[in-house]
Amino acid sequence: MAAAMPLALLVLLLLGPGGWCLAEPPRDSLREELVITPLPSGDVAATFQFRTRWDSELQREGVSHYRLFPKALGQLISKYSLRELHLSFTQGFWRTRYWGPPFLQAPSVWINLGRSSVMSSQGSSAPLSTSSTPPTQSLPLPPSNPWVWPMTLTTTFCAMLCCRGRWSAPKTSPPGRSSCPVVPRASLISFHLLQAGLSVLLKADRLFHTSYHSQAVHIRPVCRNARCTSISWELRQTLSVVFDAFITGQGKKDWSLFRMFSRTLTEPCPLASESRVYVDITTYNQDNETLEVHPPPTTTYQDVILGTRKTYAIYDLLDTAMINNSRNLNIQLKWKRPPENEAPPVPFLHAQRYVSGYGLQKGELSTLLYNTHPYRAFPVLLLDTVPWYLRLYVHTLTITSKGKENKPSYIHYQPAQDRLQPHLLEMLIQLPANSVTKVSIQFERALLKWTEYTPDPNHGFYVSPSVLSALVPSMVAAKPVDWEESPLFNSLFPVSDGSNYFVRLYTEPLLVNLPTPDFSMPYNVICLTCTVVAVCYGSFYNLLTRTFHIEEPRTGGLAKRLANLIRRARGVPPL
Amino acid sequence: MGLLSDPVRRRALARLVLRLNAPLCVLSYVAGIAWFLALVFPPLTQRTYMSENAMGSTMVEEQFAGGDRARAFARDFAAHRKKSGALPVAWLERTMRSVGLEVYTQSFSRKLPFPDETHERYMVSGTNVYGILRAPRAASTESLVLTVPCGSDSTNSQAVGLLLALAAHFRGQIYWAKDIVFLVTEHDLLGTEAWLEAYHDVNVTGMQSSPLQGRAGAIQAAVALELSSDVVTSLDVAVEGLNGQLPNLDLLNLFQTFCQKGGLLCTLQGKLQPEDWTSLDGPLQGLQTLLLMVLRQASGRPHGSHGLFLRYRVEALTLRGINSFRQYKYDLVAVGKALEGMFRKLNHLLERLHQSFFLYLLPGLSRFVSIGLYMPAVGFLLLGVGLASLVAPLLISQAMGLALYVLPVLGQHVATQHFPVAEAEAVVLTLLAIYAAGLALPHNTHRVVSTQAPDRGWMALKLVALIYLALQLGCIALTNFSLGFLLATTMVPTAALAKPHGPRTLYAALLVLTSPAATLLGSLFLWRELQEAPLSLAEGWQLFLAALAQGVLEHHTYGALLFPLLSLGLYPCWLLFWNVLFWK
Repeated sequence: MAAAMPLALLVLLLLGPGGWCLAEPPRDSLREELVITPLPSGDVAATFQFRTRWDSELQREGVSHYRLFPKALGQLISKYSLRELHLSFTQGFWRTRYWGPPFLQAPSVWINLGRSSVMSSQGSSAPLSTSSTPPTQSLPLPPSNPWVWPMTLTTTFCAMLCCRGRWSAPKTSPPGRSSCPVVPRASLISFHLLQAGLSVLLKADRLFHTSYHSQAVHIRPVCRNARCTSISWELRQTLSVVFDAFITGQGKKDWSLFRMFSRTLTEPCPLASESRVYVDITTYNQDNETLEVHPPPTTTYQDVILGTRKTYAIYDLLDTAMINNSRNLNIQLKWKRPPENEAPPVPFLHAQRYVSGYGLQKGELSTLLYNTHPYRAFPVLLLDTVPWYLRLYVHTLTITSKGKENKPSYIHYQPAQDRLQPHLLEMLIQLPANSVTKVSIQFERALLKWTEYTPDPNHGFYVSPSVLSALVPSMVAAKPVDWEESPLFNSLFPVSDGSNYFVRLYTEPLLVNLPTPDFSMPYNVICLTCTVVAVCYGSFYNLLTRTFHIEEPRTGGLAKRLANLIRRARGVPPL
Repeated sequence: MGLLSDPVRRRALARLVLRLNAPLCVLSYVAGIAWFLALVFPPLTQRTYMSENAMGSTMVEEQFAGGDRARAFARDFAAHRKKSGALPVAWLERTMRSVGLEVYTQSFSRKLPFPDETHERYMVSGTNVYGILRAPRAASTESLVLTVPCGSDSTNSQAVGLLLALAAHFRGQIYWAKDIVFLVTEHDLLGTEAWLEAYHDVNVTGMQSSPLQGRAGAIQAAVALELSSDVVTSLDVAVEGLNGQLPNLDLLNLFQTFCQKGGLLCTLQGKLQPEDWTSLDGPLQGLQTLLLMVLRQASGRPHGSHGLFLRYRVEALTLRGINSFRQYKYDLVAVGKALEGMFRKLNHLLERLHQSFFLYLLPGLSRFVSIGLYMPAVGFLLLGVGLASLVAPLLISQAMGLALYVLPVLGQHVATQHFPVAEAEAVVLTLLAIYAAGLALPHNTHRVVSTQAPDRGWMALKLVALIYLALQLGCIALTNFSLGFLLATTMVPTAALAKPHGPRTLYAALLVLTSPAATLLGSLFLWRELQEAPLSLAEGWQLFLAALAQGVLEHHTYGALLFPLLSLGLYPCWLLFWNVLFWK
């Protein structure tokens, strides 16, 4: 089982030949961080983040010596003049209503490859966006070829990335950028870990007993100084998992590192310049005595995250006092008084999507958008990519809030082309305060060519989730922060201004059954063919074995013809 | 191509068919009945087998051991239910949440077209409670449903207990790849219909219900559970659904394999399974079961709340715990283990159940008759009709059918004002009155027709009627074999006989005896005879009236098609034959 275990490019190449080139000051650095957050429903989310930063102009210089930065990715950047790369693999679905807004802005589709049970119910989705420079002559492959990126990335990440049809670009995204919002059914087989520092905790069998699992790679250039005269390359590798409190904690909401990961922290990573664990100890009521962490933290950190004020306890692994006493750090959290679990706070924006109707001819895609803010309305950008084999009827698009029609302020629709590109529907919708908005559109299920059905046609076809982007009003004003100094996880929550925060949500993927011929019955085909052949054979045999004579109509003798000539001349009907 | 075949030889064949018309008709009718009876004998009935590879073996280790928990839940549920007099929604919500499910409720209300006297309900409003077990690391694209319909009386509380105990056990497991919905519905089938319509966001029957807050993707399969005691002697399985739809045979095979594995006693139609199919006893017992299934399927009613799932292409069946006087009894753990095994196997499904048969008849749990083998029976019967331009009688007959369909429900208020009857009685009596009034038609049609109709017009009318009947029966037999077969058995011989000469009174008596209503009455007697609980005449009549009311009601509440089919299709057709018989 372990060989087939489908984890984790994670920390793909953390292991570098470190240590033997310390003569010159290192131009690259590694920071690692773990954030543990109890979720409103009682589950616990753990987010790992490893950031490698390299002060090197990868695109210009012929770089050949790599230390911390993975060589495979570096070569990818220099070969294709890559500007940015974001790739994430997700298993499971972030349940916004119960878990609050997602931390990583990662889409959440999963795929079921094995789909049988326990470990083999695997699959991931890969939302992917790459940006490249405008095409030049020197590029080995024209970037307009939509298959270049998936192919290259496939080999790098040992993942299967395939997109039906062409990659599409939403109108709201900048030009020169190709993206495939979600690739359903991508699979990922790779495993390479350095067992030191925080990555000690990455034990596969525990990570795969979680409710949610998402890993991502982000590469981007960052400015080295304020005037941006030179750039550095930043590689962020993240993993976030959600532990099911019900299974892990037997119904209790207390947790410890050992109970979740079945490991404890023993030493800092020798290569890391920063190695920290942040634990969210925010209490929702005024009383501070509701929870207790052990060991007591040395420092705490306060910030405004997703519109609410949060307090974090900080454990610095490089602080020698933290680990050296027992060579063992097992952070525990105990609730003194169990928080009322009856009504977990509902986030201001959440959504639900489903297919309505029954039968194999028609159907309706419905998306419910909930705005639970008591008094503020806010706009949402809804992006839908629907495969061409669901033929959308755009005139049936209806948007209703509170029983009234809701006119979107902006609509962009790009119709599908059969077998080439999917439907693309973008809308900017104003969600009234404290309301449910229903967006529905009817479709007809197309009959595919028989070679176009998947090997398991009766499983159904996936429709990728719709993507919601919104500026949600926040409870507390946030002040701008210095990115370099603040913890890494802050970069997961972009703040646009003091009164709003940005949220991107992904709804559920859908499974739609198309009209499917009965492939399992070759018998039927044989019967039909035999019948047709028999019917045709009988008639053709009949036709071929008969002799035909053409019987000339009797024309009469010469006398009759003469008589008729005379009669015609007289105007009398012929004999 | 017909032009090219030899016309002389064709004419000879036609002449032969014409000359031997009557014997051929009789022969094909007899052949049809004989074929049907022969279906229960081994060459025609086959052993069932699992077609779906994903559910191939029963190699799962059932670990359910929550028998005490189930009984405790059931006791609490019954107590809370007695206290509140309705479904204890708050208690259910609390309990489901405590076992770790995502809990939602749905309220619904429905005003029936007329009071339902069997279940004593008219204005119905209730609440369904359901909890969703979310599969880890899955995106809620597929789900399975375990449902317990709760009626107005306090039966089925053990089923609720077992459902909750199973939910608690399932929640602790990590192998789920599909979400599981645990659904408790109020007002048994009405609640299920309301939930299904809301889940698929459609409104088929005019139900008012609140929208669902939580969904779990496409439902792959469903199991309905009905238990009314802590111990059971056997489990009875019901497959017949709305409008005679049947679930995929693999679902039944799955149930049967787990019954065998757990050593549970299973019954079909309340009948034990014959052991020995080689002697005469086995097939005869099989015939009894088969006829019971034919009658039940022909009724087009959902026999258990699973029947409503089938419309949405969700394979479903109902398991009923039977507690009889047999010595050996099973407790809830055994039933729970069978359910656990079934759900774990369904969890393995890669595709919807589609490998096995959708159209079949069951003479026993381990034997089935496939569509290819039973269709010849009805084919032979229809051949008799096939062997054997008058607008006014057709129109009048159709109008009569329309009146039969519309008036009883519309006119119930008028009827109750003028006659001392209740609404439900009024509907049934109006139905019968219009039905009987149809018999007076020939007298009236002749006033319209007689002037221009030629002497041998009855032949043309009979031709049209026969073709009409053959088409209707053919279509019915395709979708609901049992109903098609029953109707063909009764209607075909007299339809072929009807003519305005000869012993008219005898023909008239025969025709009345084989009219759709008389068939229904006869079926009821046969039904009870097969169940070994024969009816007296008065009881039979009461049951007949109740069945009429139920038929109309089920058309309005669940969309069952038997009533419109009989009133708009077969009754007018039958009237045509009546017209032929009394042609002047």
